[in-house]
Order: sequence, then structure tokens, then C-alpha cells
Amino acid sequence: MSESTKPLASYGTIRPGRIVAWTILFLGGIVMMTPLLFMFSTSLKSAGHVYDLRLIPDQPTLANYIKVLSDGRFARWFVNSTLIATIVTLSCLFFDSLVAYTLAKFEFPGRRVVFLAILSTLMIPTEMLVIPWYLMASKLGWIDSYWGIMFPGLVTAFGVFLMKQFFETVPNDFLEAARVDGLNEFAIWWKVALPLVTPALSALAIFTFLGNWTAFFWPLIVTTDQTLYTLPVGLSSFAVEQSIQWELIMTGAALATIPTLAIFLFFQRYIVRGVMLAGVKG
Amino acid sequence: MTATRAPRSAGSGGVWGRLSISTKQIVWAWAFLVLPVLFFAVVRFYPTLEAFYLSVTDWDLLNEPRFVGLDNYRKLFADPLFWQVFRNTFAYLIFGTPIAIVLSFAIAYYLDRVTFLHGLIRALYFLPYLTTAAAMAWVWRWFYQPPPIGVINSILGSFGVPAQPFLRSVTQALPAIMVTAIWAHLGFQIIIFMAGLRAIPTSYYEAARIDGLGEGAILTRITIPLLKPTTVFLVVFSSIGFLRIFDQVYNMTSNDPGGPLNSTKPLVLMIYQTAFSSYQMGYAAAQTVVLFIILFSISMAQLWILRSR
Repeated sequence: MSESTKPLASYGTIRPGRIVAWTILFLGGIVMMTPLLFMFSTSLKSAGHVYDLRLIPDQPTLANYIKVLSDGRFARWFVNSTLIATIVTLSCLFFDSLVAYTLAKFEFPGRRVVFLAILSTLMIPTEMLVIPWYLMASKLGWIDSYWGIMFPGLVTAFGVFLMKQFFETVPNDFLEAARVDGLNEFAIWWKVALPLVTPALSALAIFTFLGNWTAFFWPLIVTTDQTLYTLPVGLSSFAVEQSIQWELIMTGAALATIPTLAIFLFFQRYIVRGVMLAGVKG
Repeated sequence: MTATRAPRSAGSGGVWGRLSISTKQIVWAWAFLVLPVLFFAVVRFYPTLEAFYLSVTDWDLLNEPRFVGLDNYRKLFADPLFWQVFRNTFAYLIFGTPIAIVLSFAIAYYLDRVTFLHGLIRALYFLPYLTTAAAMAWVWRWFYQPPPIGVINSILGSFGVPAQPFLRSVTQALPAIMVTAIWAHLGFQIIIFMAGLRAIPTSYYEAARIDGLGEGAILTRITIPLLKPTTVFLVVFSSIGFLRIFDQVYNMTSNDPGGPLNSTKPLVLMIYQTAFSSYQMGYAAAQTVVLFIILFSISMAQLWILRSR
């Protein structure tokens, strides 16, 4: 938390203006949290108490959670989302940083062309690619499969671009020393260069995992079989089924939200720093 | 095994050993790149070209694609629904981006100087960014319900304000969805602005204070000009986000996607429906090309603005 205390904040003594500013900021933060607070609160209320808008439930109950989880669909969607986001994240960490390292540290013909080609794909919006991807997936039998959901994101230009900037700061002497020690190039990347860019790797991991965990558009297109839905797509279809049973919809929404919030509580510092890093450099 | 392996490895070691260091580097580099480069060719470049090609064909997925020249584009520009969708999409952008930027800057500016419970307040603003848009769209949809269900109408009611139709109104639904989208991304923009504020050397502020500049003058003459790259990045990032808005609209209007009366329908939802409800693949591809051209122009504008600083 050392980054939170900055010399700038130290000037002046406590003035009324600052107390007012603090209070407004704090109340604004509470307003930002209201959707989340009401979602959790309502998920703990029975159907009869949904119209009672008190934030602390009168008779809190886990009945909604038991009901929503009982048919096993949410558990399945949770597993699908977790598996897909994890595999895609690992793939991106590996390939994005391997490509980035190669482009940053190797001299070879075609380096500039490869870099510009990868960079140029950042200009192409996903929406333009989904129709060709869908055709590819249906031709190759990838509709309704994990692979079908995952394949478009296995390597990302964003990750290559982000990691390249960090590998460029790794001193060549370190790599040369490892070369003299007889390590092959793969081992140099894996054992020497990668450990030096772990902050960037964790930033990339956070972004990739979050992006895939919350992804909606492509999974919605490529899945029709309920058992292969990801959590967001599953929740969306579940909510449509429930129509006006808001306490059940809020429970489903809470179930989709709890995992990322839990991760945040554990890794708050890394996540905030990672977002800053990726946002500023990326 | 060992007998057959030994000479082979010795032989290949011999060839490998005779290569110069720079040649070895080239071999290693391409060994590392071959899979990812293939991936980019097959999953990015080829589909991009295919999207342009499909946009000049008529195709329903069942029969062979038929070349129709620019018919899809003519049809699109003559379609009143497209112009409605175009207006909607830019309405999200033109109102959403300035509100999001001003709000997130103001919050970041004050949050940066707060030391008391700094981490907690930052978390309150940042947490919504970590939620799933599809899930939170349903929470907001519930908030916007008529009384006595909807939270917002109940609060308004307690102040004597008449019930508002929100998502059921052709004029209020789009702003209601826009608020949800602003809320979802505000935390990210605040964090990025704070990173930008931290990057300004404190010596600038000290010098300004010694020169007798007040708070307001420091803000307008030092902070805002030095934050220009951050601001341009966030304006572009936020604009692209609004131009691609889909999750919130789809989930908040799922009984009549893009409704009421198409008043909230953005371009991406039109693309989704054209491709995956009506199966007019060529026509949908033409719409994606239009989206691409809009997004491309905005990215070019960003580069141009940043270069001319």
C-alpha cells in the first residue's frame, strides 16, 4: 500500500473542504456498490420479501442458492467457465510472451514484418471475425465444444505487444551470461527472461482471465447446447426462464459475480497494479 | 535405443554445431514463432479477408455464396433500421464517453489525494469493473422495473417523484442502458487516470506552488495538459467500448432485443440478429465492415492526435 501515500497528499492540514470532498467520494463509492449490495441482499431473501427493499434481509435464507444450484446447471457452467478461462490464460501467457521475447531479443529476417502484422490485427474488431469463425467452427465440428469457445483467444496481439515492452527492458548481458553457461535459447527464455517480467505476466494473466471469464458475445454464438454454456451465457438463459422471479435471478447473478470478487479480495494489490500496468503500457 | 540415438544426435549436433551464432538465432526465432504466426494467419488474417469477401455475397448458409457486388452496402444504406441503429450507437458514444471521462477524472483527481481509507474507497469504485456485464445487466434491469419491484422507482416514489417507465420507454431506455455501461467501466477508467496522475513528477507541482499558482491553476495548466496521453487513450478506449456495446443491451431487453421499437439497438446487436437469427451472412458481413471502418477511423484519429501534441 506504499503507493497510496504520495507526497502530494501531505500538503496542508485537515481543512473542511477536504472533509467534504472525502465524504462525497465515500458516498459516491457506496452508490457504485449499490447494485452489488442489492444483488447479494435480494439473493438472501425469500420470494415473499423481494418487494421489501431493506438492504439487510429480515429473515436471511440460503434457500435461493440451494434452489439455483440444485439442478447442477450452474455448477456445470462454473466448471466450463473456469476451465476455459484458465486454459486460454495459460496459452496466452506462454505464447504471447514467447512471441514477445522473440521479437524483442532476436535478430532475424522478417522480424519487423511479423511484429507489424501482429500489431495490425489489433485493428480488427472481434465482431468482424465472428462470422468467419462461426463458419470455420461449423465446418470443422467445433460448435458446442470447449475448443470452439477457446480457439479465437489462444494467442493475443495485446499480450504480445504488452510483453514485448517489458522484455525490451531485460538486459542483454543476463541472456549472454546464460548463453555462455550453455543454456539453450528456450531455457534462457524460460529460466532467465520470464522470471524478470513477472509483474507484466501477472497483469496479462489478470486481463486475460477476466476477459474470458466475462466474455459473452462469442460463447453465445458458438454454443447451443446448455451443458456447454459459459457462466455468463448460462446465466442469461437462466434469467430469461425465470422471467419475474427476481430473487432467483439475483442469486444467479451473485453466483456469476462471487468468483471474481473473491479473487480480487485475495489479490487486490496485484490486480490494481496489473490494471495500471496493462492500461498504461498496453 | 542408445545405440541408434547416439550417432544421430552426434550427426545433427555436427550440422547444428557448424552453424554460425546468427544463423542459430534465426532458426530459434522461427521455431518459437511458427505456431503463433500460423495462428494469426488462420484465426485473424484469413477470417478478416473472408469477412470482406462475404460482404459482397448473398449467402444464407444453405446454398453457395453468390457474388452480388455492393448490393449489401446499397441495401444497408437504404435501410431505415440501419440509420436508427447508427444513431443509437453514436448516442451511446456521444453521451456516454464525455460523462464517463469527466466522472472518472473527477473521482481519480480527488481519490488520489485521499489518504484516509484510500484502499477501501478505491475498492468501492473498482469492484464493479470485475463483475460480469451479463450478470449485472440483470441487476440493473431489476433496478429499472416499475414500482413496487424496481429499486430506483421505489426510491423516487419515496421522494414523491412519479414512476418512470425506464426500459419500457423509447426515450428513456437508451440512457438507462448507457448508465449501466458507464457504471461497469468507471472503475477501470479511474484506475488508469490515477496511474496517469501518479506519473506526473511531484517536482512540477512543487515548482508551481513556489511560483504561487493556486489549486485551479495547477489543475488547468499542469495536471490536465500532462494527462493528455492518458485522456486520449481513455477517450478512444471508451468510445470503442460504446461502439461495440452488446452485453448490456442484449440482456436488458431480452424479451425484445434492442427494443422497445429498436430504440436501444446498437450496431453489434443488429449484426448478431442479421447473422444468427436471419442467417443473412453476406448482409451481416457488410455490417461488420461498416463497424470496422468506424472503429478504424477512431483509432487513426487517436494516432493523429497523439502525434500532433
